[in-house]
Amino acid sequence: MTGLWDIFVAAAFVDNMPLTLFLGLCTFLALSKRPEAALGLGVAMTGVLGVTVPLNYLIYQGFLAPGAWAWVGLPELDLSYLALIAFIGVIAAAVQLLEMVLDRFFPKIHAAFGVFLPLLTVQCAILAGSLFMVERSYSFAESTAFGLGSGVGFALAVAMLGAIRKRLSYAHLPEGLRGLGIAFILAGLMSLGFASFAQMAVAQ
Amino acid sequence: MPQAQTYWTTLTAPLIRQNPVTLQILGICSALAVTTSLATALTMSVSLTAVLTLAAGLVSMIRRHIPDTIRLIVQIVIVASLVIVIDQILQAYFAEISRALSVYVGLITTNCLVLGRTETYARHHPPLPAMVDAFGNGLGYSLILIVIGGLRELLGKGQLFGVQVLPLADAGGWFTPLSLMLLAPSAFFLLGLLVWAVRGLRPEQVEQPEYTPPLQKEPAE
Repeated sequence: MTGLWDIFVAAAFVDNMPLTLFLGLCTFLALSKRPEAALGLGVAMTGVLGVTVPLNYLIYQGFLAPGAWAWVGLPELDLSYLALIAFIGVIAAAVQLLEMVLDRFFPKIHAAFGVFLPLLTVQCAILAGSLFMVERSYSFAESTAFGLGSGVGFALAVAMLGAIRKRLSYAHLPEGLRGLGIAFILAGLMSLGFASFAQMAVAQ
Repeated sequence: MPQAQTYWTTLTAPLIRQNPVTLQILGICSALAVTTSLATALTMSVSLTAVLTLAAGLVSMIRRHIPDTIRLIVQIVIVASLVIVIDQILQAYFAEISRALSVYVGLITTNCLVLGRTETYARHHPPLPAMVDAFGNGLGYSLILIVIGGLRELLGKGQLFGVQVLPLADAGGWFTPLSLMLLAPSAFFLLGLLVWAVRGLRPEQVEQPEYTPPLQKEPAE
């Protein structure tokens, strides 16, 4: 159990997706202008990551990993180079499915997400979650913890950045820094803060 | 030659004026993650430019046959196949750099730059201009990557392409490496300052303030 919790905490804080691994920055910067939108994006990310990483784990182990076809007499078949296409397909399908389920059973939440859901298909953080899962050879439970942890970390970071940027709209910035420039500097400062979590994990 | 001139403008516009990274906010993730040294930055630039140009050409060639409803999936599959090819080539011939790039080569698939260009430009233009546009955007992306990669390697280790340029203090020289430059935050700072510098030179890129504070306080209710 402690192993799972460690993976969750490490994915959320130490290896924070946007701030230390630079993943999902496009949406991170583009949708963090308002805290409400940022929070919605964070929740959607957590849901999609929590579903797609374990799902891709099953697909990878069941069909693509070296030796997965041993039971039909093809032990030397190694399809792992197809992982990219399989993962992106699963992610696109999962996002579509999530959208339909939300629309049918939770229309209010669906309306709140608006355009973010379909956008998540091309979010690099989500694909990276699956790719990291393969690279670090997690088990099924571990990959679930990893997916949820990454999602929570992303939600935390994007909600914080959204809140800071809202405050900053009152500030007098140099003209060239307005918008994108200051967003990068802010992300850098937050990234410094998150770097200290790495020390904390080492100290444990 | 008005024709050649159009191509030239399409090619050079994304270098500074319409730079994909500093202005269009496309493809930032990989731009920051792989820039700890110049060699990885260069490999990433070449891979991305190749994928982008080929994908734009392919998408543009079949643009009249893709149904509108499934065009995203078609584009992603094309891009993903190209990325797999590049990834296999890198693993075969540049194993060391391939390990350094980790998952980021695979992430070219979801690099918003690739999908952004195929979606906005290649889908509506014939193959040749589409590829020229994609190549120009690739170059603009590479420019940013090489500037940031060069700065980070130079200030972080005193090296360029792994060759010692600045004599280190440990070895009797004068340069003390800034190890912060190799960590994540410095990439954000450098890119932020770069955006500032570009917008200082080209004031027309400055964003309008989203919100102008009221001149006087609103009366309390």
